[in-house]
This record gives sequence, C-alpha cells and structure tokens, in this order.
Amino acid sequence: MNLDSLTQNSGEWLRGNGAECDIVISSRIRLARNLSSFPFTNRVSAHQKAEIETLLRERLAKLEFAPKLEYLNIPTLTPLDRQLLVERQLISRELANTDGPRGVAVAPLENVSIMINEEDHLRLQVMRSGFSLDEAWQDIDRLDDHLESRINYAFSEEFGYLTACPTNVGTGMRASVMLHLPALVLTKQIEKVFRALQKINLAVRGLYGEGTRASGDFYQISNQVTLGKSEVTILTEIREVIPQIITYERQARTTLTRESRQALHDKVSRAFGTLQSATMMTSEETMDLLSSVRLGVNLGLIEDITIPTVNELFLQTQPAHLQKLMGTPLDGEERNSARARYLRNRLRETGPGLN
Amino acid sequence: MKCQACDEAATIHLTDIVNGHKREVHLCQACAEKREILKHQELNLSAILQTVIGQHVGPLTDELARLTCPSCGIKYMEFKAEGRLGCPQDYEVFRAALAPLLQRIHRAERHVGKVPAHVVRNAALQTELMELRQHLRRAVDAEAYEEAARLRDLIRQKESTDEPG
Repeated sequence: MNLDSLTQNSGEWLRGNGAECDIVISSRIRLARNLSSFPFTNRVSAHQKAEIETLLRERLAKLEFAPKLEYLNIPTLTPLDRQLLVERQLISRELANTDGPRGVAVAPLENVSIMINEEDHLRLQVMRSGFSLDEAWQDIDRLDDHLESRINYAFSEEFGYLTACPTNVGTGMRASVMLHLPALVLTKQIEKVFRALQKINLAVRGLYGEGTRASGDFYQISNQVTLGKSEVTILTEIREVIPQIITYERQARTTLTRESRQALHDKVSRAFGTLQSATMMTSEETMDLLSSVRLGVNLGLIEDITIPTVNELFLQTQPAHLQKLMGTPLDGEERNSARARYLRNRLRETGPGLN
Repeated sequence: MKCQACDEAATIHLTDIVNGHKREVHLCQACAEKREILKHQELNLSAILQTVIGQHVGPLTDELARLTCPSCGIKYMEFKAEGRLGCPQDYEVFRAALAPLLQRIHRAERHVGKVPAHVVRNAALQTELMELRQHLRRAVDAEAYEEAARLRDLIRQKESTDEPG
C-alpha cells in the first residue's frame, strides 16, 4: 500500500455517501479478540509479543477473505506515516505510539482494518459510509468467522470473548456512528442530547475517540455495555436512537433557516470566505469553519463546493495529511501557513463566487 | 461561595502563598478555565475506569491481596492499579472480585451473544500452553537454558496438535 497515495482521497468513512449522509458520516464496528494461550498484550514478554505478531500475521495472510488485506508493519513506518493512519482511523493512537512488534492489515478501500498487538491481540474494524450498522455487522461477523476458523480465541461461555480490559468483555464489540451535528451545537441543544444518551448507557465522544473534543461538530455515539446483551440487541439500541438525533438535528436546522436565515447565511459565507483567503490557519479553526461550510452546503446556502470535497478537506488539513501533501515535514507555524495555502488553492478551484 | 469573576457558584478554590502572604482565589469552572488555572476537562475514560475499578472490586481482603494468577503471574493488586487483566485465565482466578465490577460496568455478569463456531478447541490444552509459556519465560529470565530448550520443544510439540482449521 502506497501511503502517500492515500492522501489523495478521503477513504471509506468520509466518502460522503450512504444513508442519511448529510448528518451521518459513517458507521463503524470493532471487535476485540485475544489468543487463548498467550497472556494479554500488556503482560507478554518482548519475545512473546514478536511470536504473537508473527503467528497472527501468518494466519491473516492465509485468510480466504475478499478483498485481500495488506499488512503494514508499524515499527518500520515513520512517525508521520503512523500519524497518517491514525488520522484515517485505520489504527488507534495507542497502536501508533506503543513499542514492540505490532501491525495492521488494511483492505484497499480502507473499510476493513485488523490491528495486531493493540491492547488486545486483535482488534478488527469495519467502517461504512453513512448510516449502515447492519451491513457493517454482517461484514465484521463474516471476517470474525474466517479468523476464528484459524485462530483459537480466548472465549468462555460465561464471560464471552475475554479481553484485557473488563469494559470490553462479552461481545468485545464497540459499535459507533459518527454524526455531524452543527445545528444542535449552534442552538445549544447538544448537551441535552448527551444527557439523554448517557441515561441509556450510550457514550458520546469526539472525532478521534477517547478523550478528544468534538472538533468540527463531529460526534461519535457508541455502546458502553458489552456484556449481557447480544450484538444484535446492542446494535438495535444504537440504531433506534440515531434517527431521533437526526430528527433533532433537522429540526434545529429548520429552526435556524426559518428564524435566523440571514445570520446563518452570513456565518457560513464568512466561514467559506475565510477558508478561501486566510494566510494562517490552525487545524482547530479549519475544522470549525469547514463544519459551517458543510452545514451551508447541506442547506443550499453555498453551491460552489460539494460535500465530498468538504469531507476530503476535513481530512487533508489534518497535520500528517498536510505534511504528506506538501511533501515535507513542517512545524506548527509552517503547518498553519501551508494549511491556509492549501485551502486557498483547493477552494479557488471551486470558483470564487458564492450564491 | 460565589465566583470572584462572575455570579456563578465557585467550585475552584486556590490558595497561593507569595512572599509569606496568603492569597485566596475562588472561581467557577468556566472562569478558572478562562484564566487557564484549570485545563479544560476532557473526558478521560481510562482515568474514570481506574476509579470505577478501584471502587467496585470489593473490599480488599488479605486473601485477595495475596491472589496471583498461576498462568500469567499478575497479582490482584496489579490489576487493581492498572485496570488491565493479564491473561484470559484471570477471569476465573479473580472471579469473585470481578463480579461486582462487571455488574457495575455492564449491569450483567454473563455473556449473551455470539459464540465461536469451534468453541474453544481443547480448553485444557490452551491453559497448559499458557502455563508452559510462563515457565519458559521464567527459565529464560533465570538463564536456565537447558530447561528453556526443553520447554520450547514441548510447547512446539503441543502447538502442532493445536492448529485449527
């Protein structure tokens, strides 16, 4: 896999199509699995860690699973390449930053990735554009079956799939749906939604998961419970709540366009204008402005740019992507200037006129 | 007590001693963040988990404090401190302590859901392999190379009977 070529597109999760794709960015499911006859990753010796990596890499290579997965050996990658994979959500920050033998197998379309020697020996992930949890489950269930025919999983009838952390035990499944909720943020109703979700045991996190703030008004809704409920039940609980959030977001958008159309139009136009002309741009500001532009496009207030382009820019303005696109490492200040330049060029292609 | 900067309730209380003079500051969360006295609180799941594990693994009896997994060597105290188990066997070894924790996290103690098609081939062999690997590790650490070589061969031999698919 040529990592440099990845920067040219937005991968699976930001492709910008699929059901309800104006609000639902992507659906993702991950499964935590461990080998039955080795200690968990945090407890293995360096030698055993290498043994696990070799064993799993070989089993993955023999997998009769389409599409063919490509294996990336993480220790041989540059820090920039690792960061690129984190930004594309193909690996976790933990896998990028820990030591020792570890890797990831990735499908060419980036919709499947399998991490080796993360907190658990195996972390399987399937991503889909738009609101598509059932399809994601079918994919990952099948992948899991294939793997299971070649690997002895740590499993107990009582506790299910055994994981290093007791928060993942049972199904080992974390299903999440990423939403773009700018209108709920603008109308200050987002906190209300969070509280309601927490009451029914669903977690809300930012774009890059644990501990990250919700930049660009992106939110991930995921299950917290993994034990005592079947995969189907967990998925149903998430699937049932998402349409309600979508409805709230649409209502908030309608309210905004009805009651403060001019102010909203001004806000999104200014955001677009700033992106087209600024000469220094932080990652954070870019996310906020692109979020406004994305809302503007979805509401028909901006017509000179398409959603897939906006989605692409969310990713391409991330630090590692930007440095890859520029072909050179850049420090913070240089990045802000390069980011602004990149945005100016990309947005000029789309034509200067606003409607 | 009210925040010194606005009328919200003060939740951050700071006492500074500069040149022998005591100075007290009382602020609400928002004003403290504004003044960068307090970093914006991000949701730190692993820190929360640590607290939950600390609170809910039940009272620490002598028996629990001495509990060590024979397979991976992790002590119950280490699990309590780190929040991560050492090997699949720990779910059995620390069963009594884990039950209230699982109840707290998941409101359940029993798996419902997918079962692997080949439900754990030869569970006894899996446990034995794990223990042999632990012995091997100790032998290497102790530079007992003859013993290590014997264990390595034994593991290879057992592994060959354990190839699935």
